[in-house]
Amino acid sequence: MSTQTIAQNNAISIKKKKSQVTKSYSIWRGLSLPVFVLILWQLLSSLDILSAQLFSSPLLIITRFIELVQSGEMAKHLQISLIRAFLGFAIGGFLGLLIGVIVGMNKRAEEYLNPSIQMLRTVPLLVITPLFIMWLGFGELSKVLLIALGAFFPLYLQTFLGIRNVDKKLYDVAQILEYSRMDQITKLMIPASLPNILLGIRLALSAAWMCLVVAELLGADRGVGFMIQDARSFMQTDTVFVGIIIFALAGKISDSFVRFLENRLLKWQDSFKA
Amino acid sequence: MESTVKIDHVRKTFKSDNESIKVLEDFNLAVKYGEFLTIIGPSGCGKSTLLKLIAGLDLDFEGEIMIADKSVNGPSKDRGFIFQEHRLFPWLNVEKNIAGNQSLKDPDIRSKVDHLISLVKLKGFEKAYPRQLSGGMSQRVAIARALLRNPKVLLLDEPFGALDAFTRNHLQEALLEIWEENRTTMILVTHDIDEAIFLSSKVVVMDAKPGRIKGIVPIDLPYPRTRISKAFQEYRTVILKYLDHQDNEIEDWII
Repeated sequence: MSTQTIAQNNAISIKKKKSQVTKSYSIWRGLSLPVFVLILWQLLSSLDILSAQLFSSPLLIITRFIELVQSGEMAKHLQISLIRAFLGFAIGGFLGLLIGVIVGMNKRAEEYLNPSIQMLRTVPLLVITPLFIMWLGFGELSKVLLIALGAFFPLYLQTFLGIRNVDKKLYDVAQILEYSRMDQITKLMIPASLPNILLGIRLALSAAWMCLVVAELLGADRGVGFMIQDARSFMQTDTVFVGIIIFALAGKISDSFVRFLENRLLKWQDSFKA
Repeated sequence: MESTVKIDHVRKTFKSDNESIKVLEDFNLAVKYGEFLTIIGPSGCGKSTLLKLIAGLDLDFEGEIMIADKSVNGPSKDRGFIFQEHRLFPWLNVEKNIAGNQSLKDPDIRSKVDHLISLVKLKGFEKAYPRQLSGGMSQRVAIARALLRNPKVLLLDEPFGALDAFTRNHLQEALLEIWEENRTTMILVTHDIDEAIFLSSKVVVMDAKPGRIKGIVPIDLPYPRTRISKAFQEYRTVILKYLDHQDNEIEDWII
């Protein structure tokens, strides 16, 4: 054991400690702004400067949240919302990925499909919603389809983009190694465009949450969106806030999940990390 | 089966908008089984293009190229290709890059991959990703990947051009070891005269515009060769003369 290795070990442990410290610092830095806003809000509410009717107070919102959880109301709404979001995301995301791969791999398919998809993409989803309701009523199908539509475009677009960015040089290699068409897709195109696909999934998830809210606000008898709409008509500001927080949390959790996937699946990438 | 690769009256022209450039003009060459053939020539002489034609990556040419008596009509595993860059899949680690679309769970593939990893001296790096490897290591992985497919011929397009002198020498020795063990037919394209003499059993010197064979120099030196020997120096002179002079001046030098 030479002094050099000891020095090296020391250097490594110092480095580790430093990165742990920076990590916990970065969590606190992220939390500082929301915590500050919450304290200020509670303070202003307690001092009656903010109208209790319109703004509730953080404490009231928490109490309301606990009530809703205990009564089982929350579980009822959350469950149906999650099912809708998941189904819509799964259908739209899967189709986006599939059609993105097909259009990305095949020039003919691109010529036939891409112009129409690009045109449809620019139409605001809110404009299509009335049609969905007219055709399919207020049932689950129209909601799930609206969410699917929202999730479809980002994933389609990013998959297509990712495949078109695959290095021609690697494609040559796959040809020399006699990859079948299926191997080319699963072992070259999809892994190579994974950074784009994961970005597409993130965008598709946020689009799915957005469409879920739209669908539930427009007409539903259950779901977190309905809970908000219902509370609004009774001026239950605290419940509205609880609903908003639920959406914020759901969005954050799904986003973190994709980030986790990115860290796991893209560890081969050698990109700049500030 | 006399020759692994037979190139028969091959012509290749690149057509741009209003002019066509002759890249290869009536090119004929037969590469014997187990031979280490090097093609050397100035840039633009069509040597890399020729390699792409043999690989089947470019099918737009006149004439015929035969691999083990079968006409080339597309890329295939029987012609391994080592590019100037390693072209590894960045999302796969070393062993998975070598296996490619074959499964490492297959014990036969597993043992072949393990054997190749020790052949290219990368034991201990099986799980490393391409970004963690040096240029020379990456190129060795690329060679192992090609060898796993048991190619009839290995095509090498300036494979060591981007490496530093030390790594290059080391890899040249490694390639010779592989060749001596496997006896795979090799066709190497380079512009490094020393590399050509050090490695090959036969050197083809090419002329540019249009690309055609200027001379063929068999290298009759026993392996391993030393770059400082007198005979090595003589071969160097012969090839340099081919490259530098007009056809009529070099006739005395043909051996």
